[in-house]
Amino acid sequence: MPQQEHLAVYEVFVRSARGLDHKHVGSLHAESPEHALMYARDCYLRRSEGISVWVVKASDVTASQGDDVADFVEPMDDKDYRHATHYVLPESVKNM
Amino acid sequence: MRNTDEHALQAEFDRRVAAEEKIEPTDWMPDDYRKNLIRQMSQHAHSEIIGMQPEGNWITRAPSLRRKAILLAKVQDEGGHGLYLYSATETLGITRSEMIEALQTRKAKYASIFNYPTLTWADIGAVGWLVDGAAIVNQIALQRTSYGPYARAMIRICKEESFHQRQGYELMLEMAKGSPQQKQMAQDALNRFWWPSLMMFGPHDGDSAHSSKSMQWKIKRESNDTLRQRFIDQTVPQIEVLGLEMPDPEIKWNETRGHYDSGEINWDEFYKVINGNGPCNHQRIKHHVKAHQDGEWVREAVRAYRAKQARKKDERAA
Ligand SMILES: [Fe+2]
Ligand SMILES: [Fe+2]
Repeated sequence: MPQQEHLAVYEVFVRSARGLDHKHVGSLHAESPEHALMYARDCYLRRSEGISVWVVKASDVTASQGDDVADFVEPMDDKDYRHATHYVLPESVKNM
Repeated sequence: MRNTDEHALQAEFDRRVAAEEKIEPTDWMPDDYRKNLIRQMSQHAHSEIIGMQPEGNWITRAPSLRRKAILLAKVQDEGGHGLYLYSATETLGITRSEMIEALQTRKAKYASIFNYPTLTWADIGAVGWLVDGAAIVNQIALQRTSYGPYARAMIRICKEESFHQRQGYELMLEMAKGSPQQKQMAQDALNRFWWPSLMMFGPHDGDSAHSSKSMQWKIKRESNDTLRQRFIDQTVPQIEVLGLEMPDPEIKWNETRGHYDSGEINWDEFYKVINGNGPCNHQRIKHHVKAHQDGEWVREAVRAYRAKQARKKDERAA
């Protein structure tokens, strides 16, 4: 029996409606980007979930590391002044 | 045959715009729509970038560490806004270097407000409160613009703008409730930034060169005068809370209209500044060119790194 070859993993992104961002919906295995696109259609768009699909080879995605993520985003944690709620304004100044 | 194709494409485009469906980068669009978008979006991007200069001017002289951190964070945000908008404009088929070239050779414009100097610390308050305030009024309307990447950039930007105006107003409040000299500085900053802030909305509707086509295409969603009136209506009560005098003696509530009346803008000044003869036009572009040239070694290092990585990869493959 021939050795089962491992196919590349593709991440799938779907735009559910015009004007919205493409959102990650899942992944699949495929032998080429073109096939990944067809499989994505069959797998993730069976009920008109989207009007546009992107497939990206997972190995082409550079991602932050799970363990280091705290250190990676830490510099942003103590910058409360980036948020509107940091500034206390008089009641009379509504909706600024 | 080609003609009928074009007809059908145009009809589909018109239908989408009418139905409030967004136009996305891979869709067919009329050449003029594309050109108009490139003009408006790149002008918007340039404004974010040039707008870093008048505020950056005070980072080293902020009166406290808190104020310095806030100002740094705000200027950093504006740089980010420029990048969102340049990237969104690139989806229309123009390159970053073409846009920067157009800015530096003055073929492309940016908001004329940034050609005014920030003379005192109170100006930093006035800029956050009034200039970002005016920008927010404009940008909220643009969240509904017909081009998808532009609309999405606006949504992201509006979220980040929320602290810009509040930190400016808080600063103004501190100054206005401070010593008589501080209050005077706040008043002076308000007086100088009021009119240029109103000019940010552009010429009157009847005199605006690009307006009617842009409105028809839903690139622009509301007219210059409508947006300007909204800004005046929301800002006048904020001036009252500060306890400062109105920067325009003609500001008066109009019961029948349900809006504030106000005096006429000095349009000669507007066109003078737009056409390159404001107080800081020369300085702003000169600084941009210098910063761009001074940064060349970074771009060179990036290119060298990329070449080295490619070479290593080739060697591994060989
Ligand atoms: Fe901004
Ligand atoms: Fe801002």
